[in-house]
Amino acid sequence: MLLRRFAENDLFSSLKDMQRIQNQLDRLLSASASSGSLEFPPTNVWTSEEGAIVRSEIPGIEPERVDISLVNNTLTIRGSRGEEVLKEGQSCHRQERESGHFTRTLQLPFNVNSDRVEARFCNGVLEITLPRAEAEKPRKISVVTE
Amino acid sequence: MPSQLMDAKKQEVVSENGSEQTRSRKQYSPRTDIFESHDQLLLLADMPGVKQEGIDITLEQNVLTIRGKVETPNFPGYSLAYTEYGVGDFERVFALSNEIDRDGIQATVKNGVLKLILPKSKASLPRKINVQTE
Repeated sequence: MLLRRFAENDLFSSLKDMQRIQNQLDRLLSASASSGSLEFPPTNVWTSEEGAIVRSEIPGIEPERVDISLVNNTLTIRGSRGEEVLKEGQSCHRQERESGHFTRTLQLPFNVNSDRVEARFCNGVLEITLPRAEAEKPRKISVVTE
Repeated sequence: MPSQLMDAKKQEVVSENGSEQTRSRKQYSPRTDIFESHDQLLLLADMPGVKQEGIDITLEQNVLTIRGKVETPNFPGYSLAYTEYGVGDFERVFALSNEIDRDGIQATVKNGVLKLILPKSKASLPRKINVQTE
């Protein structure tokens, strides 16, 4: 941190310092706001007696660069999205699209029949179908009158 | 605070005069990167779930509008148990400062990302003037 003694005629430069600190704070705050508030990729989950369907929005990623693993009832989606690199002579006006590595873990409320898990990637949306293990499907018990 | 602070969430489109949408579906503003080089603008927009036929791009005067239709997924027998993103169409409007060569615009979509190449018109390109010694 800067602790500087300033003379009266130094008012302008101290204002600049304050401005700089303000900018740094802004950057810190915005970084924590964008990384901490929500996980990436955003995911929706549908469920039924048959199992679950997980859909994640991951635009701009190659399907080969997504790694899906399933251990017991924990689903993990890993991947990375490359950053657009500025070419010689290019300038950037706006950069809102996020890049980098991501890991997402979802705990499912049932055990999955791992042999029948299917994953599709279409138009930037990953869709994973997770059928419930046969042994865990709810069974209907019929009542017999005597 | 920086005005362009983006939430990690999808941004819903807010109309300029604060009026409400008459459409029943939600509309989101796609996150966009814009790069400029000396002869063209490159625009990349995240539009997950948008097919090639669902994209609509218009350029009127120098107002560029991109729209993308998203189909709402429907899984019979399943119910939505947990949700982190809303499903709706995408729309965003940009005002372009340079004169664009309309015939040279190229639009492609891959893995839910729209890529637009907007070449600058010849007339608007900066010209280099050589100085000759007498």
